[in-house]
Amino acid sequence: MNAMRGHVPAATALAVVLALAAAPALAQGAVSKEWQWLTFAVFGVIIAFTMGVTVVAAKRVKSAADFYTAGGGVSGLQNGWAIAGDYLSAASFLGIAGLISIWGYDGFMYSVGWLVAYITVLLVIAEPCRNIGKYTLADILAYRNDPRKTRIVGAISVITVSTFYLTAQMVGGGVLVKTLIGIDYEISVVVVGILMLSYVLFGGMVATTWVQIIKAVLLVAASIVLVVMVWAQYGFFGDFLANVVGDPKVQARVAQILGDAGRNMSPAELGQRFLEPGLLFKAPIDQISLGMALVFGTAGLPHILMRFFTVPTAQAARVSVIWAMAIIGGFYVLTLFLGMGSAMKVGADQIRAIDPGGNMAAPLLAQALGGGADSLLGNFMLAFVAAVAFATIVAVVAGLVLAAASAMAHDLYVGVIRGEHATPQEQVRAARIATVVVGAMAIGIGIAAKGQNVAHLVALAFAVAASANFPCVLLTLYWKRCNTGGIVLGMIVGTLTAIALVLVSPNMTYPKALKAAAQATIDGSAARRAKADSDLTTATSDAAKAAATRAKSAVDKDVATAQGTLERLKGDDRSLVGLEKPLFELRNPGIISIPLGFLAVIVGSLLWRDKRSEDMWDELYARQNTGILASKAAAH
Amino acid sequence: MAQTAALDWKAIVADPRFQTLRSRKIRFLWGLMVFSVAYYFLLPIGAAYFPALFGIRVWGPVNVGILFALSEFVVAWAIAWIYARRANNEFDAMAAELIRDAEKIGGRR
Repeated sequence: MNAMRGHVPAATALAVVLALAAAPALAQGAVSKEWQWLTFAVFGVIIAFTMGVTVVAAKRVKSAADFYTAGGGVSGLQNGWAIAGDYLSAASFLGIAGLISIWGYDGFMYSVGWLVAYITVLLVIAEPCRNIGKYTLADILAYRNDPRKTRIVGAISVITVSTFYLTAQMVGGGVLVKTLIGIDYEISVVVVGILMLSYVLFGGMVATTWVQIIKAVLLVAASIVLVVMVWAQYGFFGDFLANVVGDPKVQARVAQILGDAGRNMSPAELGQRFLEPGLLFKAPIDQISLGMALVFGTAGLPHILMRFFTVPTAQAARVSVIWAMAIIGGFYVLTLFLGMGSAMKVGADQIRAIDPGGNMAAPLLAQALGGGADSLLGNFMLAFVAAVAFATIVAVVAGLVLAAASAMAHDLYVGVIRGEHATPQEQVRAARIATVVVGAMAIGIGIAAKGQNVAHLVALAFAVAASANFPCVLLTLYWKRCNTGGIVLGMIVGTLTAIALVLVSPNMTYPKALKAAAQATIDGSAARRAKADSDLTTATSDAAKAAATRAKSAVDKDVATAQGTLERLKGDDRSLVGLEKPLFELRNPGIISIPLGFLAVIVGSLLWRDKRSEDMWDELYARQNTGILASKAAAH
Repeated sequence: MAQTAALDWKAIVADPRFQTLRSRKIRFLWGLMVFSVAYYFLLPIGAAYFPALFGIRVWGPVNVGILFALSEFVVAWAIAWIYARRANNEFDAMAAELIRDAEKIGGRR
């Protein structure tokens, strides 16, 4: 069995590389066809290396503790890098650099919350959870409350959060890989799925940890190289920003966003506007709501929480969050230069031409910095960034699958169905079976959800984590009166309100509103075209002429899109849940659902009587604060 | 959990050293927590309601908004550093003492 475990990952690696290289219909992505081999070569090296690690790791995975938490033997520094690797998804690497390149300041502002979230993790979650937890989030809830009931609600919430996040990663990753390298969507989903499965299945948390560390190191190294090259060309902080303000591509982009409002602004004013808020975000309450979901939700993300069970002591948990904050924070500061560097070097028009969401900003920047589309270095750098993005998706997905599988096997099967009575062999087998189930589900959902808009699913995962998991974990750790009733009610109310509010929010597709908007675009197009024509004839400067020509072609494009929308939605009047228009105006439900989640835990606790929750309080409180017996638990 | 119940946790919690650790830790942690959350939300609130303030130029093209966004990173790191220092120097030693004496205070029931 052990010998076989060693060969299987190696065989998988070979099969994956062959499948990629032989994929029949390689379309054109950002990486041009003649350079695709280079991406595969770089990616092949990364796969070979991580699979080698998996082979070594597989020999060390003998017990359930090895499988779920690497036996508690990960150091603080290693865990810090692994947390960064678990957390920095392709969305943050490619997405935030893209947002900054297209929208300037607002994109950078968006990145701040992702770091601040770790203060909550550091101050109130990481060490207590390490002191009393074992493998899963529900272990913490089950400590003083009714284990059966809290494991059921805890596991359901963990599986819900992980599935949302997983779907976003699989679908988003598939689209990204297609845009980047040109591999078919389905092939990329299956390849990501198989790779992730072979890491998790054979190497458990040991291999997952190393895959995340390797990916985080590659990601940070790639970003540093790119930013140093940007600085070399545009100067460091003040000079860099002065170059941004003076850049004609940036000025043109701001003029395009502002439209009529920017007509009387000088080029320098337009450039300066890129460094000011308000180009992207128009609804402040929505931004605050998203900020709340980030800052409180990260502490409730099961795959992040799980990482604190892999270190031996609370001190190591603290060290790992501090390293994670240094790495994650440093990375997000770099995105400012990646994004704005790309806005100058590549330009928003070209970035948006390949992907309207801006995800190609960093890869195109890499290519341009290396010497452009015809140079060896430029293509090597693009290929490298593409391979790192692919590795990023695999590493994040592996952490998510492990979290969902542990909830299924450890909480639901061993804890609830078997009443905590299972032999070590049975526990490991259950963990592996659950991994295959979750992995197959991830691939299935990924293929089924092709073409769906999944961007809001990450925000939804954070919202559920912040509204259900966070209040329950926080209050069971710090509030004496908290009990089983509060946990059950809090989990149900937090999860359901977050999901329900999103289902009736503007995130969903409302055919009637879309059709009305499309019709209005078509109705108004004649006037817009006439205005652009008259602007063109009266224009005196070249810039004004160019603006009028741009406006004219924009009208044509808008009309074509609007006609497409009308055709596509013909005979369709209601959203997924049967609404003609949103009932709730916020895209991010956090500002409502987080307080409701806390309220539900409090009300449930006050209405319920639970002797066990009261009796166990002293034990939990003493242990979470001091770590008494924690080292013994980890030592077995 | 059967083996952990062997300690008398009520006695450990009632120990004055535990009470001191708990009250110092709670006050310190929640103070930092409230400050960090408040400081963070100043960013989206300021950007939304005081865009003119954020647009004021301080030095060349560098404006208040950019400096404030960067200060969020510095403040987050500073909070992490302040917390780690206090925990390493003070809380860990107090907890270690309690761990060492746990069996003496808690006794075997």
